[in-house]
Amino acid sequence: MEGIVEYLDMGGYAFYVWTSFGLCMGLMIAHLILPRRRERRILGEIRNRMRREAGRA
Amino acid sequence: MFGQAIDKYAAPENAYTLAGRLAPWFGWVTMFLLLAGLWDSLFLAPADEEQGESYRIIFLHVPAAWMSMFVYVVMAGAGAVGLVWKVKLMDAVARASAPTGAIFTFLTLITGMLWGKPMWGTWWVWDARLTSELILLFLYLGYIALQAAIDDRRTAARAGAVLALVGVVNIPIIHYSVMWWNTLHQGPTIVRAEGPAIHISMLIPLLVMAIGFTTYYLAVLMQQVRCEILEQEKNSSWVRALAAGGK
Repeated sequence: MEGIVEYLDMGGYAFYVWTSFGLCMGLMIAHLILPRRRERRILGEIRNRMRREAGRA
Repeated sequence: MFGQAIDKYAAPENAYTLAGRLAPWFGWVTMFLLLAGLWDSLFLAPADEEQGESYRIIFLHVPAAWMSMFVYVVMAGAGAVGLVWKVKLMDAVARASAPTGAIFTFLTLITGMLWGKPMWGTWWVWDARLTSELILLFLYLGYIALQAAIDDRRTAARAGAVLALVGVVNIPIIHYSVMWWNTLHQGPTIVRAEGPAIHISMLIPLLVMAIGFTTYYLAVLMQQVRCEILEQEKNSSWVRALAAGGK
């Protein structure tokens, strides 16, 4: 338990080290997931446009 | 035969399918490399004699900095091919690369600040290396803003390629800044004529992270390029069939 606390403290640099790793991994994971949603959104927009065109015809 | 293969995969529909097949592979390789790299850089690598544990930030900072420049060169190169040979797929690659490059540049600056505060005693100095990296971030943001501002995709691709190519001059400036101007940022440790000045126990996690960041870029690129192809080809019959097929 003491070992874990000491490890997490990073020799007193806990804030700098964990902010760096947290921010890096958080941003990278978000940026990997968002394009998948973007692709679904684009296909949805094309579908809506096709429906509108079909409605007019 | 090789030319035929290029023609085949440069066709938008095939490129879209191929990118979709490759994306999960790059994703899995990235996950494996980043988990191994994180484990190595946070647990296995020893503390630095002078900097203690804070130097572990370097395992993110250096790969992010390399990628910020690598992605820019890919973006400018793809933009140039699209500009000169009118390869629309390369326009898509350039446009799909910009957000990832901007994120790597942002992370380079932020991790640099988080390392600089305890080590240099300041978040920021107008040192040549820091300033040229900040200019790189503005180049990416300028490119992204330009793409968003121009509705016609051909015009946007052309304008973006010109901007990216002019900005390429900043890349050697970033790399050589620490040698040309002897200011606060330290000189090269890995990429230098005498070979890397770093212990193997620290070099391995650094390289694993760097390769992981590269496959990460490729995984995101595959996803983003699919979106760009769909938007380029939104009036073509295959995209309409694809959209109609989904629920």
